[in-house]
Amino acid sequence: MEIGPIWRALTRNKTGAILIALQIAVTLAIIVNAVAIIQERSRLMARPSGVDEPNIFYLSSIGFGDDFNERVTIQEDLDAIRNTPGVVNAIQSNSVPLRGGGWSMGLQTEPGSESESSGVAVYFIDEHGLDTYGLELVAGENFTAADVNWREPQAVEWPDKVLLTQAMAETLYPDGFMEALGNTVYINGNEPMTVTGIIKQMQAPWNGWNGVERVMLVPQHTLFGSTRYIVRTEPGQRDRLMPEIEDMLAERSRDRIIRGMTTMEETRERSYQGDSGMVGILIFVVSLLTAITALGIVGLASFSVSRRTRQIGTRRALGATKPAILRYFMTENFLISIIGVLVGAALAIGLNMWMVQAFSLTPLGWYLVPVAMVLLLIVGQIAVLGPARRAASVPPAVATRTV
Amino acid sequence: MFSYYIKLGWLSIRRNPILSILMVSAIAVGIGACMTVLTVNYLMSSNPIPHKSDQLFYVQVDSWDPNGFDENTEPVDQLTYIDAMNLMKAGKAFRQVASNRSGLVLEPSSEDERPFLVDARTTHADFFPMFDLPFLYGAGWDKSADDAQEQVVVLSREINERVFGGEDSVGKRVTMNGLNFRVVGVIDEWMPVPKFYDVTNGAFNLPEDVYIPFSVGVANQLSRNGNTNCWKEPDGEGFEAFLAGECVWIQFWAELRNEQEKEAYMSFLNAYAEEQKALGRFPRPLNNRLRNVMEWMEHQEVVEEDAQVMLWLSMLFLLVCLLNTIGLLLAKFLGKAGDIGLRRALGATKGTLFIQHLIESAMIGLAGGVLGLGLTWLGLKGVQRLFGDFLTHLATMDWVMVTTAIGLAIVSALLAGLYPTWRACNIAPASQLKTQ
Repeated sequence: MEIGPIWRALTRNKTGAILIALQIAVTLAIIVNAVAIIQERSRLMARPSGVDEPNIFYLSSIGFGDDFNERVTIQEDLDAIRNTPGVVNAIQSNSVPLRGGGWSMGLQTEPGSESESSGVAVYFIDEHGLDTYGLELVAGENFTAADVNWREPQAVEWPDKVLLTQAMAETLYPDGFMEALGNTVYINGNEPMTVTGIIKQMQAPWNGWNGVERVMLVPQHTLFGSTRYIVRTEPGQRDRLMPEIEDMLAERSRDRIIRGMTTMEETRERSYQGDSGMVGILIFVVSLLTAITALGIVGLASFSVSRRTRQIGTRRALGATKPAILRYFMTENFLISIIGVLVGAALAIGLNMWMVQAFSLTPLGWYLVPVAMVLLLIVGQIAVLGPARRAASVPPAVATRTV
Repeated sequence: MFSYYIKLGWLSIRRNPILSILMVSAIAVGIGACMTVLTVNYLMSSNPIPHKSDQLFYVQVDSWDPNGFDENTEPVDQLTYIDAMNLMKAGKAFRQVASNRSGLVLEPSSEDERPFLVDARTTHADFFPMFDLPFLYGAGWDKSADDAQEQVVVLSREINERVFGGEDSVGKRVTMNGLNFRVVGVIDEWMPVPKFYDVTNGAFNLPEDVYIPFSVGVANQLSRNGNTNCWKEPDGEGFEAFLAGECVWIQFWAELRNEQEKEAYMSFLNAYAEEQKALGRFPRPLNNRLRNVMEWMEHQEVVEEDAQVMLWLSMLFLLVCLLNTIGLLLAKFLGKAGDIGLRRALGATKGTLFIQHLIESAMIGLAGGVLGLGLTWLGLKGVQRLFGDFLTHLATMDWVMVTTAIGLAIVSALLAGLYPTWRACNIAPASQLKTQ
């Protein structure tokens, strides 16, 4: 290979080469970091909520007026919904995973205000709760109808029984979640609750919370004026049933408003809107940037070819073959790109270290840098191919002409 | 001479159309990306009430849990009912407002229209003059209405349109949650971005639909739609116990017109905290804060971290586009070496050549800037589509952004043109003439 002469030729006219190398370097730094962010967000979005998302929807019913009897309405509504053909099950609850708004409390294994308590998301359910959400009970037993009571708006008492997720049980009993079963945990510092069952997995309503899988299920109906029904349908029946159930509930009473009809799928979409938006933008940025850099390479290479037309002609006249000319430009680009990606690798890692510190991002996966380096080298070679072929087709006779 | 250079520049741009298009679009794309992100950041961090943002203070008195306290712990971000009412009663500031987010069911008078939900703010009389709400009809209520728990309401423009068809509804009645309210005012379009007066419940939410006296909200136990936090359970059941407990759910603002008033208010707050300590509350050490609007926005980190990451990435993006332009301009100007040599030989000074080529660069920058503005507009539309409602009010452009975009484009193009121009001017005429 004629790396020596190509290198020496480069060093005599280095500004253009330095510019391209710099451009490649910054491009690499951006691409690597953008992809790292994309990966991080995709991982976040891939976490399961634990519930049967495709078949669940929910809605709010807000009572008003003096004639509104909330307790009766809730019981009758639930009966009516559960008896609708196509509905698997339904409950009243305060929230669903990913919704963004919910209730949290603290649980501790020892009573007293001195003990450290762990935050936990609260879902109020009844004996149909596990079936409605589609949760898996790994130990203990479900609530029975007798366990479920009614909660007034400013109540401070809690029921005796509670179900925990595996993650919450492990937080309280680090030796193993099974230890939680049958044990007493304390809410509000010293009010005891017995753990009667353990759920495999379920997310809290806040996907950004670091304890997102810490959940407790409490056997209570709530009388808060505004209530939420969660409905699970048979596969494929959801979209048909949504308007049907909305109409049915609206018909049943004039003293309330039915609103906020939402599917779990919409909830997931909205919950991760910021993340998926960021991913979209970054993918766009990465593609655009690669294209711009490639075009820059094409532009500069074309110029250098047209400036060197006579030189190329002379080389051809002196016996250089077409492939030799092609190889010359390809090698030249390769040398420039190698410098670019090496500088870029350092830049990418530096930028990442800074962003990890400034914006609490997760550090790069080690393989991203080499993969991006190889990719940019290939892009460079493809970009320079056109101008290089034009160079190779310069006829030797050019050498004899005075331009 | 200037117009002649423009003509020369135009000829030169036309001579290599593909290269010129490449340069213009590189600048345009860089400007477009940068300005899109810059606009979002600029609006997120903009001052929602510039003429008095340094006179409005968010009040924090620390009533919170002593566990886990160290000297860096910030006071809790909202107030308890007890503290909010005590501070209101003391009335030590020029104006003061305790407010909370609520929701009401509005029942239209006609039978065929179904009731609907409205976002409500329960607040005090000073809210309207303090935050300078623009009134379409009527005005806010008086302090006496706060004390007498009068059922009065100020409507937003949209609700007035929906319920009263947009006419002057002052004095009319509207039923909400079964209560009969008298309309005292209708406000015009009012959209503070960020929604500084209640950052806790979403800095980019829309303002509320209706405003009613705080005392009416409490007397009727209206629902709290905002964030409520308690560090210990209330002693006993029921709403009274909740009000008397250590739960924070109220935002409190004070208007203090100068430094003396601020200092006086701060010492009042500290004295108040000591007083409460004597009563057995406020277990933490003295930890009160007064922050003006912009300090409060900054402390609450209103600008999303994602937006900041994007800002840095977009700056680097613009850098790549500029490197691209420098390379292309360099190639282009050196390609004109023959011309330049000839003009030098005919008597053009380096200075005139320098200006000539800078003008050519600026023309490319201008074109890139205008195209970039178009791309920014597209970019903002795209951002809006990707992020949904949350960004609707953040993705608009004003003249500041337009001039910034064009200015940034021209400055970047000039910077990009400097080195190539300098190289071009230093071409020795003799060597060029020889080869011709």
